[in-house]
Amino acid sequence: MVTALYNLAIIAAEEGEHAEIHAGDGGFFGETAGIMLVLPFVSFLLILAFGKRLKHKGGEIAVAALAINLVWASVLFYLNATEGVLVDFTYEIANIGSGMVIELGWVLDGLSILMLFLVNFVGLLVFIYALGYMHGDRRVDWFFAAFSLFAGAMLILVAAPNLIQMIIGWEGVGLASYFLIGFYWEDLANVKAGNKAFMVNKLADVGLILGAILVGVSLGTWDFAAIDLAAFEGNAELAAVAGVGGLLLFIGAMGKSAQFPFHIWLPDAMAGPTPVSALMHAATMVTAGIYLMARLFPLYEYMASNVRTTMIVIGTITLFGVGLLAIVADDIKKVLAYSTVSQLGYMMTALAAGGYTAGLFHLFTHAAFKALLFLCAGSVIHSVHSNNMSDMGGLRKYMPTTFWTWIIGSLALAGIFPLAGFWSKDEILATLSHEGYTTVLWIAVAGAFVTAFYMARATFLTFFGSFKGQAEPHESPRIMTVPLVLLAIPSVLFGVLNIPGVSLGNVNNFTVWLGNRVVPMGDHHAEAINWSLAIVGLTAALLGILLGYVLYFRDAETQLERDSFEIPVLFPLLRKKYYIDDLALGIVALFTGPFARFANWTNTYVIDTVPNAIGGSVKALGGFVYGILDQKVVDGVFNGVSAATDGAGSAVRKWQTGRVQQYAAAFVAGALILVVLFVFVI
Amino acid sequence: MLLSQFLVLAAALFAMGVYGLLVRRNIVLILLSVELMLTAVNINLVAFESYLVTAEAIGQIFAIFVITVAAAEVGIGLAIVLMIFRNRKSANVDDLSLMRW
Repeated sequence: MVTALYNLAIIAAEEGEHAEIHAGDGGFFGETAGIMLVLPFVSFLLILAFGKRLKHKGGEIAVAALAINLVWASVLFYLNATEGVLVDFTYEIANIGSGMVIELGWVLDGLSILMLFLVNFVGLLVFIYALGYMHGDRRVDWFFAAFSLFAGAMLILVAAPNLIQMIIGWEGVGLASYFLIGFYWEDLANVKAGNKAFMVNKLADVGLILGAILVGVSLGTWDFAAIDLAAFEGNAELAAVAGVGGLLLFIGAMGKSAQFPFHIWLPDAMAGPTPVSALMHAATMVTAGIYLMARLFPLYEYMASNVRTTMIVIGTITLFGVGLLAIVADDIKKVLAYSTVSQLGYMMTALAAGGYTAGLFHLFTHAAFKALLFLCAGSVIHSVHSNNMSDMGGLRKYMPTTFWTWIIGSLALAGIFPLAGFWSKDEILATLSHEGYTTVLWIAVAGAFVTAFYMARATFLTFFGSFKGQAEPHESPRIMTVPLVLLAIPSVLFGVLNIPGVSLGNVNNFTVWLGNRVVPMGDHHAEAINWSLAIVGLTAALLGILLGYVLYFRDAETQLERDSFEIPVLFPLLRKKYYIDDLALGIVALFTGPFARFANWTNTYVIDTVPNAIGGSVKALGGFVYGILDQKVVDGVFNGVSAATDGAGSAVRKWQTGRVQQYAAAFVAGALILVVLFVFVI
Repeated sequence: MLLSQFLVLAAALFAMGVYGLLVRRNIVLILLSVELMLTAVNINLVAFESYLVTAEAIGQIFAIFVITVAAAEVGIGLAIVLMIFRNRKSANVDDLSLMRW
């Protein structure tokens, strides 16, 4: 069951001629880490069975499951930080021939431990928040059941030792997200949003599955460690398919991580309850694509380098183009959604440029402050009963905790020194600069400006000026504000985990933790802070906030007047989302129109003839069996027998006259006949 | 005396019984005719026993059995007749043809 992950690492170490591996096996917590994959599903079933009867409709079960998980994740996180953990536990499920086996289990290395910690940490806080947010809502028990499923599927995904288990978790996440996006299914728009998310993801999943088949079959294994090692060693079979396989897997990642042009599902996914958005954007679902790229980073780093060009183009379009869309959004959650897509573009660009640590560090910090921002938005929505910023304004006075935590999250997202986002974004810029992607670097800096600008706009429209809505705003209950504060702390502090060239004593730093992989990642680590780049990035962010202040700080009669700033051509284009949604709908309509009619015609006149013919002959046979065999032959026999019996009875019963002397006469006559017979005949 | 004389007597009695059974309408007389036929049988039994001379006297024993059965039969028969007469005020068999189709 314990496979040779450590041995593979030693082989890789010899191959690369670098120092030997220092890593433990996690001890008891490593052996039992599978409990983290099981508990959310246990919680799912328990909530379905007993949720309705509990005080919080099963929310307490979901919180308890993740709280236990977080103990394991924290211990493993600590072990990985101090001594390193590199081990996997797999169990063979099926042998499908040709030496290929399907295994399930869990892998514990720097990357998976980071993600396990992130999912459980953010998940627990969001679950606690949801106890308050969903209180008294519809179907709360089903909400927590699906939410547990969501977290559980993501844990299955990030702990996957091979592509097969990753696909299982991948689809589980997709299914749970479908349940949760369409959670308020009474409204057709929400159902359509769920369908859209599911369909777009399924389209991209074709790439993932084809890529998995291609890579797996050519190499004879789906094991990530084996794929990484093969890529590192320059395995010829893998090299032959690396380009196409890498591109197909990237298409899968584009779908889950909402890269252009697959980003269209993510803003619509805001239809779900806000805690769902928070979890989906921070730790689960959208990070899955980034995680896949990071998991297979050696494949792209050492082999499929031509795919990286595609990745970097897509990532750059996503980080800047989709980020611009947040400028015109009125729905506060959509601002955050486009912001997430943009940040995912940063991560993808960083990974594509060879910044393994940079991309994942941004994922790590982004998870903290984006979850925080969504939970703040949820708190605001909970208070004013509207998603639209045109119904908000001036909330700073009514909701102080939400306001201050939102400010921390916004500044972290904008990349203001010394909050978490500054360090991770700076690291991405440094990677782009080091790898020589100058154009992309300047687009990323412009993206930082746009990020700061739309966050400033959202902040001023929501929290400053005077209140424009109908409701009576109030601060949210403590069960919601406490998670906000708990998420604000890492939003401030996570940055210090990976300051270039700084080691946090004997626990080293994030780069070392994340480097505990089976093969060296080969990415560049800066030895010192690149102050000139940091100042450029910080200046762009500050300029963005300044522009937002100039345009949106002043108060006006209505929120729409405040938000009336307009750039011709660009803003109308942004409001139409570059027509990409319309294009996608057009393609869909192409199928639903003529193609559907053709399918209908084929169905009616070609395919249906066979069942119709079979049905017709069966009907005729049935008519024959009923009309002739049953009605005439079988019934004829029984009717004839009964009619004969009836006739005979009718004839014979006349003899029973009730007159005793007639019977006696017949008796005597019989006796006389016998006498005659005996006397004269015999 | 000859056996045939007894047999003729018995046959005559039996024929009279049969006639009475078939033509009488009063139930009591019909029962009487049945007794007459049983008597003819008893004469036959005793006559054959007397002429065939067996040691066991089977004929006489049978005749006594028949007399016993006939007594019981008449007892029950007359009781039934009495009940019928009380209920229907008639002892005519033509009035009693209810057990028919």
